[in-house]
Amino acid sequence: MKKVGNQSYILNKPVNIAATASIVGPKEKEGPLHQFFDQCLEDEFWGESSWEKAESKLVKETVSMAISKSGIASSDIDFCFAGDLLNQCIASSFGLRETNIPFIGLFGACSTFIESMIIASSLIDGDFATNTICTASSHFCSAEKQFRFPLELGNQRPPSSQWTVTGSGAAILTKEGTGPFITTFTPGKIVDMGIKDANNMGAAMAGAAEDTLITHFKDTGRNPNYYDVILTGDLGHIGKDILIDLASSKGYNIRANYNDCGVLMFDKEKQDTHSGGSGCGCIATVFSGYVYQMLQEKKYKKVLMIATGALMNSTSTQQGESIPGIAHAISIEL
Amino acid sequence: MDWMMIFKAFIIGGIICVIGQILIDKTKLTPARILVAYVTIGAILGGLGIYKYLIDFAGCGATVPLTGFGSLLSKGTISEVQTTGFIGAFTGGIKSAAGGISAAIFFGYIASLVSKPKIKKQ
Repeated sequence: MKKVGNQSYILNKPVNIAATASIVGPKEKEGPLHQFFDQCLEDEFWGESSWEKAESKLVKETVSMAISKSGIASSDIDFCFAGDLLNQCIASSFGLRETNIPFIGLFGACSTFIESMIIASSLIDGDFATNTICTASSHFCSAEKQFRFPLELGNQRPPSSQWTVTGSGAAILTKEGTGPFITTFTPGKIVDMGIKDANNMGAAMAGAAEDTLITHFKDTGRNPNYYDVILTGDLGHIGKDILIDLASSKGYNIRANYNDCGVLMFDKEKQDTHSGGSGCGCIATVFSGYVYQMLQEKKYKKVLMIATGALMNSTSTQQGESIPGIAHAISIEL
Repeated sequence: MDWMMIFKAFIIGGIICVIGQILIDKTKLTPARILVAYVTIGAILGGLGIYKYLIDFAGCGATVPLTGFGSLLSKGTISEVQTTGFIGAFTGGIKSAAGGISAAIFFGYIASLVSKPKIKKQ
């Protein structure tokens, strides 16, 4: 692995993405990407007694589906990197407690999926691991309870709010394989735009996305045209527009090939999801479902995934703190 | 049945809720702050003796929204101070609202036994 520029890394030997799996909830099933997911649930509980248990089941089933698709024995997997949005990441740790795979819990808010892929591909590139699994999940009902209000309160959602994706995505990263490959990554810095509204996450994270995007281009000498598509995680409609403006003010026009997973996930008009999807599960399922299939069908050959995260909790919001943002980028190429 | 009263309750209760909707859509106020503001405004208007005209006019259209709860608190406080003195400032509000509060807890508990929370549709 070689460091280029300020904070980007080019892998000596590109890391193979052997298989992915994605399971989403009923709202995502009604969305435009439904045919790309492995499984769509009929209800949010999935036969469990709580939403937290349902989210753990999402993680568990997605991981076992990804493992069986890859054909790799779970005993041959060196690490499992996982994270979610619940306190102390219980969706991941409870969901994966029976896997018997060395487990590293991560928290990068909604950037967790790409964060886990950055760490996993570094370890594989350094010969510290051969096969790893990366996964992240979120659940609308448990996230509302965690970050805003319990659903039982029945409160109204403002127009700038986003809809946490119910879903889990998993990817198996291996040393050997035929691609698609992770070739480059740019871990992001924390950027605080001073936004204090927990219902306007897109605006809070756009600055971090811009910082990572521009740094990636400067470090690698690439420009937006290098990629077939540039996808951010969950900036939503508001954050997407802000990022386009911020990038163009720095001289990078990303309008032609840029989109956001939160924008792609739902039909804004028909589903009344306001500013679009969000959550760890957003980029995890859109990548594991839609993007991975596009790569396999060679419709995309070079993809830049930028996962965005809002690094706040409900206490910091109640204490009037602003929301620091983070964004991690990886390039995936055939 | 007093159809005119039902109509007036619908209009006044509706207007109070529309104001809340506008506050959610057009300001950065959180739902919790809007709820607290409604109780506070109701308490002030009730304390000044203004809110009772709205109750006379619209009945439940004025008492059911949170502003009605606020006015009930101040009304109870004032009457309790008049009968028991200074301590009434601390007991009157809760006393007057006791029926509503206990009913909310009781019926909330009953509802939780027979129903399961669901995702909102939008």
